[in-house]
Amino acid sequence: MNAVFWQRLDKAARSITPFGLTLFLVVLSVIPTRIPDYAEIAPVLALMSVYHWAIYRPNLMPLWAVFILGFLQDLLSGVPLGLYIIVFLTVYGVVLSQRRFFAGKSFMLYWLGFGIIAFGAALESWMLASLWNLTLLKFETVFFQYLVSLGIFPIVAWIFLRWQQALLGQDEDAS
Amino acid sequence: MEQRPSALLRIAAPLRSLVQRFMYLGLIAAAFGLMLVGKIDAVLIDRMRAEVTNAVSPILTALSQPVATVSEGINTVRDLALIREENIRLAQENANLKQWHLVARKLQAENAALQALLSSVDDRKPRYITARVVAGTLGAFSNSLVINAGAVDNVKKGQAVLSNQGFVGRISIVAKHSARVLLANDINSRVPVIIESTRTRGIMAGSNANRPKLIHLPPNARVTPSERVVTSGHGGVFPPGLPVGVVASVSDSGVEVSLFSNYHKLEFVRIADFGLSGFVDTSAVKPGAGEKAAKPR
Repeated sequence: MNAVFWQRLDKAARSITPFGLTLFLVVLSVIPTRIPDYAEIAPVLALMSVYHWAIYRPNLMPLWAVFILGFLQDLLSGVPLGLYIIVFLTVYGVVLSQRRFFAGKSFMLYWLGFGIIAFGAALESWMLASLWNLTLLKFETVFFQYLVSLGIFPIVAWIFLRWQQALLGQDEDAS
Repeated sequence: MEQRPSALLRIAAPLRSLVQRFMYLGLIAAAFGLMLVGKIDAVLIDRMRAEVTNAVSPILTALSQPVATVSEGINTVRDLALIREENIRLAQENANLKQWHLVARKLQAENAALQALLSSVDDRKPRYITARVVAGTLGAFSNSLVINAGAVDNVKKGQAVLSNQGFVGRISIVAKHSARVLLANDINSRVPVIIESTRTRGIMAGSNANRPKLIHLPPNARVTPSERVVTSGHGGVFPPGLPVGVVASVSDSGVEVSLFSNYHKLEFVRIADFGLSGFVDTSAVKPGAGEKAAKPR
């Protein structure tokens, strides 16, 4: 019985790592890097995480978790509250409905999928922020931010994939 | 009895997806609701933001130090390549500054003598609070920093924030051990400024781009590039004479100001407490609303 208990605890601990990892990325993305000209176009790292886990382990990244992550991202980064909640939820919903298209395919397709989704997310966040401020913001900055996140994505995704193999084992969730 | 679980499953599965769909739409609606609340009652959201940031700020402080060390390392390598040019530039600048030093001393003595003659009232001497920048977001949506000094360190809403190069922004939200700085280029930032040489007044308005614009200039004002812009002290929010930037370009689309402060390099900032109380009742004033009301018509 003791062994069962530890096994359960171990499983639970592993299961919350996707959320914990994303939470860490939310905090990491607001740390000032002091690299010239990087701060304006620093990517929203948590977006990659939401994309990844929505494809591979949606059961470990439930809706409420996405909501909380967006909420924290909004509060910490100082953007209008609600902006990244909506963006993260949209990405989550779209990816989940198209999951069969992304899962288990080649890495290039997985990257391309992120390219499409992230562009939609950039456009959406730009529209929401412009609407909130009642003025057209510069899309240029948002676009460069998108390009940077496209470039950084393989590194982050590689970490996620390794993490998943090492800690979470084979896909148990077939839904 | 054998049939029950499957029958239950047959009903449960669509029901579950229905509940999930409702939850999804509900959460999206909640997010839109939060956005609306933020638009209507900014004070409430600010308080929430302050509390959450305050709770996370120890983590941010701990994380920002190794990150600073790494980026310092990167910058050192970059600077090594330019060390010769930098040295020549600095030697030239030093020669220039020595000249200026002589002039400044002469002017200082003259100024003191004249002030004594006129028995003019001294500007208030500020008290400075120095704080570390622990988080920051720049970009198209928001331009703000989080510093690790708060209400217990006597930081108050509306105070001017300075770097060693010049004006950075103002304190917009204060929590117990942390505070948020609204940068001068944020879309909500309005700073009353004056052009140093011609004494032309204006308001410097941010637009979330690198360079804020000068608005509400007098109709026939003549502004030329490379003129220095300093705070004017109008509205009683900031003290007069803080260096802000230089006029970068003058065109049909407006006058753009290039700021002295380099936001990328900020590690420590000084919060200047001049004892001014431009915001009469800070708890009831929306950020930006106080300044918008103070705009000259």
